[in-house]
Amino acid sequence: MLGFDTFLDCPGTASEQAGKAASCQGCPNQKLCASGAGKNPDPAIGEIGEKLSSVKHKILVLSGKGGVGKSTFSAQLARALASDVTKEVALLDVDICGPSIPRIMGLEGEQESSVHQSGNGWSPVYVEDNLAIMSIGFLLSSPDDAVIWRGPKKNGMIKQFLRDVDWGELDYLIVDTPPGTSDEHLSIVQYLSSTHVDGAVIITTPQEVSMQDVRKEIRFCQKVKLPIIGVVENMSSFVCPKCKNTSQIFPPTSGGAEKMCADLNLTLLGKLPLDPRIAQSCDEGRPFLREVPDSPAAEVYHTIVQSKAMPIFYFFLWALLQWVGGGQQ
Amino acid sequence: MAEAGDGNLALVKHVVLVLSGKGGVGKSTITTELALAFKHAGKKVGILDVDLCGPSIPRMLCVGRPDVHQCDSGWVPVYTDAQKSLALMSIGFLMEDPDEAVIWRGPKKTAMIAQLVSDVAWGELDVLLVDTPPGTSDEHLAVLENLRKHRVDGAVLVTTPQAVSTGDVRREITFCKKTGVRILGIVENMSGFVCPHCTECTNIFSKGGGEELAKLTGSVFLGSVPLDPLLSASVEEGRDFAESFPNSATFSSISSISQVLLKSLEND
Repeated sequence: MLGFDTFLDCPGTASEQAGKAASCQGCPNQKLCASGAGKNPDPAIGEIGEKLSSVKHKILVLSGKGGVGKSTFSAQLARALASDVTKEVALLDVDICGPSIPRIMGLEGEQESSVHQSGNGWSPVYVEDNLAIMSIGFLLSSPDDAVIWRGPKKNGMIKQFLRDVDWGELDYLIVDTPPGTSDEHLSIVQYLSSTHVDGAVIITTPQEVSMQDVRKEIRFCQKVKLPIIGVVENMSSFVCPKCKNTSQIFPPTSGGAEKMCADLNLTLLGKLPLDPRIAQSCDEGRPFLREVPDSPAAEVYHTIVQSKAMPIFYFFLWALLQWVGGGQQ
Repeated sequence: MAEAGDGNLALVKHVVLVLSGKGGVGKSTITTELALAFKHAGKKVGILDVDLCGPSIPRMLCVGRPDVHQCDSGWVPVYTDAQKSLALMSIGFLMEDPDEAVIWRGPKKTAMIAQLVSDVAWGELDVLLVDTPPGTSDEHLAVLENLRKHRVDGAVLVTTPQAVSTGDVRREITFCKKTGVRILGIVENMSGFVCPHCTECTNIFSKGGGEELAKLTGSVFLGSVPLDPLLSASVEEGRDFAESFPNSATFSSISSISQVLLKSLEND
């Protein structure tokens, strides 16, 4: 039986010691690492770098915890950005086992026939003229299809999404991820490593059970040197539609995201309340921000998108200065 | 019945996986509450937490960060009580720094799960519950491969009422069918929120999805558990919800689900 410490002492697949260190004994990858396979960078990294070099902003939406609202947030963010019709926005869903984006964007049923192949690669599915979506959900022929893939196959799919989809010229690429700190997360960071990534928006809910996983995700970002744009606390509170009293369904027993951000010197981008109309919109694939603009949650979304911490702010400022400068010539 | 050559699982009568295609639906919460319900029914229970990236079980059962000892047969599980009626194993016990991320690709996760399944000296158990991460990937395949020699009674699938959730759970049901795992039933969690101020019930995460999913897939609907801040607070603080709130509607739902499940296991 291997001691647990063995797993922690992995020298890393790209290290000189890969496959040769004492801690490599018994590891299923030992032979592969010892052969030097891990050291050669994947040529796709360079190809992806070239292809996505013109994308002005790339934002990853992460959380160590499942079910906190990553896909919901990614979808609202993408729609908010695309509300400026002069901007080209793309939303890439790399949750291979549980792709939610097609349903949330009202594209359920847009299966194989909508993802065409051309000389330029796969065409994404457009939900607006300037909002493109790609998800494995579009490649499955039935809502019951399970994607029972191990890590390497999932990594291959992510590589294809980045390299082979004909995204066109983009202003924003938003990437929705599954929970965890595993293959999908390592792959997306690795394959984007030769491009500029603005950073990650981390989603949490107020309870410690969520935040203990989110702190691990923050460590992951630090380890792979991915900047953290900020943290969004979702499902912060609930206002009863009948009596208007506020309840905290997911109690912030250890201070919630506010305390975590203060402790870790991170920006708290906003606290989104629970609103049953959000779940409903997501289920029905309808745009929440457009249909329920007076929801307290909608107001918080707008605050988040316009926050100075978001790379979008600086781009607006840059664009405004360019316009002002151009007008004065 | 366990077969000879099962090693550490030889004296485990029933193995139940707790699955969901979707994250955050309450797999760990339901696993914890079922385990406590079985324990209160006089059963010897174990929980194996194979969520390597986000292990929640240690916190939910308030066992702190004890050392894990080794014996001749492997790792000794962590017991929640002196009577040893609830035994736990989680990667959470094996990390020195609780905030340290487990940033592993599939093959390493697979190897760790092989150890977690085979090398814990469970001893005699009536039920071993296996709490899983969301998805249909390395962890799930690894658990099933390593339980091949031992009988798996089946899986409980947890969902919330929303279509976004049931949409993923449908895929998990396909996973079960493809891998020959019997579906013991579906639990719908976060099923309506009753305002503590005015008792109005709001369906924050929609309504009815769990029952519809059960009908659609020909599965047993085990029951629904409401969205209850008292339950959230209990699992946050690692308190026994059954002991704290035995008269609540939430406890009544959980109790009923656990009884149906136990009956189904014992009649098999």
